[in-house]
Amino acid sequence: MTETANPPEAGTPALVVNNVSHSFGDNKALNDVSLEIPRGRFVVLLGLNGAGKSTLFALITRLYDNVTGEIRIFGHDIRRRAMAALQRLGVVFQSRTLDLDLTLKQNLLYHCALHGIRGREARKRTERALEIVGLADRAKEKVRNLSGGQARRVEIARSLLHQPSLLLLDEPTVGLDIGSRESVVNIVRSLVEKEGLAVLWATHLFDEVRPTDLVVVLHKGRVLFNGSVPELLAQTQTQSVSDAFRKLTGNRTEELAA
Amino acid sequence: MTALSPTVQHRVGATAPISEQAWGGPPPRLGPGAYLTCFNGIVWREVLRYLHQRERFMSALVRPLIWLFIFAAGFRQTLGVSIIPPYETYVLYEVYVVPGLLGMILLFNAMQSSLSMVYDRETGAMRTLLVSPFPRSFLLISKLIGGVAVAAIQAYVFLAIFYFWEAELTGWGYPLLLAAPVALAALNIFNSITGKLSERFLQNALLLGAAAEIAAIVAVIYFWKLSPPSMNYLTVAPALVVSGLMLGSLALFMSSVIRQLENFAGVMNFVIFPMFFASSALYPLWRVKESSVLLYELCLFNPFTHAVELIRFALYGQVDWPSLGIVLACTAVFLGAAIFAYNPSKGLIARRGGPGSGA
Repeated sequence: MTETANPPEAGTPALVVNNVSHSFGDNKALNDVSLEIPRGRFVVLLGLNGAGKSTLFALITRLYDNVTGEIRIFGHDIRRRAMAALQRLGVVFQSRTLDLDLTLKQNLLYHCALHGIRGREARKRTERALEIVGLADRAKEKVRNLSGGQARRVEIARSLLHQPSLLLLDEPTVGLDIGSRESVVNIVRSLVEKEGLAVLWATHLFDEVRPTDLVVVLHKGRVLFNGSVPELLAQTQTQSVSDAFRKLTGNRTEELAA
Repeated sequence: MTALSPTVQHRVGATAPISEQAWGGPPPRLGPGAYLTCFNGIVWREVLRYLHQRERFMSALVRPLIWLFIFAAGFRQTLGVSIIPPYETYVLYEVYVVPGLLGMILLFNAMQSSLSMVYDRETGAMRTLLVSPFPRSFLLISKLIGGVAVAAIQAYVFLAIFYFWEAELTGWGYPLLLAAPVALAALNIFNSITGKLSERFLQNALLLGAAAEIAAIVAVIYFWKLSPPSMNYLTVAPALVVSGLMLGSLALFMSSVIRQLENFAGVMNFVIFPMFFASSALYPLWRVKESSVLLYELCLFNPFTHAVELIRFALYGQVDWPSLGIVLACTAVFLGAAIFAYNPSKGLIARRGGPGSGA
């Protein structure tokens, strides 16, 4: 498949956000945000609650349009070429999106349909997606019977059904115990390694950052840092990501106060 | 529930790709077949969800039945209905009120699906719908038609009950018909008290009950030599769909305006009750005019009146053209408003801050 080897959008980053601002009334949730996610990289979006992470996600998933700037997914502007952009995008939302009364399989088949996948192909993909997250044997159970961590894994399976090249996860590990957290992180990281997915992982938990990741620090609607972990530590002259984060955001608040 | 077993952890991630298609390749083109798949998926989910919520299933049926058996029976002597089109003879009040109760089913269903959409939006299910690559108006209309399908199921179950009630069966007719539903209800009540029955058992009981009910219906029609229904149950279908679409799109529009779930009580008071009572659902309009001209005018302005009249005429195989025109026009307006409200750049959600924006 030459087409696959050399897609038309070859070379463009998985996600480009350029000078995006967004406000709700007087509240400026995002202030001139720019960031870039290269293909096949695991990018951590670090920010406290209210930093604007969810607003950024809402804009990227086109819940509402960016009024200023531009957002491109593999080169496709999400406003002008929404269909092409959304086909390449998988999302795991912070809130639960599964139907508790339906089985895992029914839930996933519904999401296949939302991407126009039907019949045998849909059943096959559902099966494999559940295998990837290690829940294949529970396909016929209702979602209600799952634990929080398991439900989260089903959500990840759901987001993979249409084979997105870019995966967004909004605080996917919130409220999970250590074991579930680890398995969720492992699933997503192995997808990055094996399938070359680009991942934007929003979190406020610093220990989820690994030294090989890229980091975007979002604070009060502004991007304070955008680069690799060693760069982050060097720039802030700190030893750990959490110290670096505190230093960055601490400085910022002082600046704003001054 | 159970902690992660080592075997599960071991299996995680160690698998084949999701499909033959290579990961990272260009996504397939979405043709008409894909649209159809998406449409079917959305409608089927609505129906599945409805069938799985037994309480909702029951309450949706009980409501119009209470009106029919208690309110209409009591009202029978108080209110005489003279011969007005489409009726050709005097009709019982119970017969008069049937289209109104069908309208009520549609109205409650529309508002309930609007409630579920507000709920969906809070939980994020609406967001997964909206990140589907298909055009947003297509997704919303599909969702709307799913709601109408659920309402139509209820309307036909109601009509079936009305049919047997009207037939005034003798002897063992009614016990035969009621045996399966009563047994199922008893099982469910027993289960909700003791919690001893498994999900699987209940599922099988439900299937068995449905089969028994169908057998009972066939047997009663055959042995009691029932005549065909007094109303046309086929021609009413398109009227139900059109009216359902109108009320559904009104509800869809409202779901984009309401932010919190609590406001549904307000919807009851300010939308459902006025729409239902200030209409021709419970009493003919000439009767209303006798008591208050103002109320009469209000009823005429109420799109629900025209939905009910459309259904009433359709039940006798006739088309009430003015009502059809008004219902279609209202559908267009409400639907346009709903699609506008969900439009990401112009819509209301953008201005309100939207669901779970966390801003």
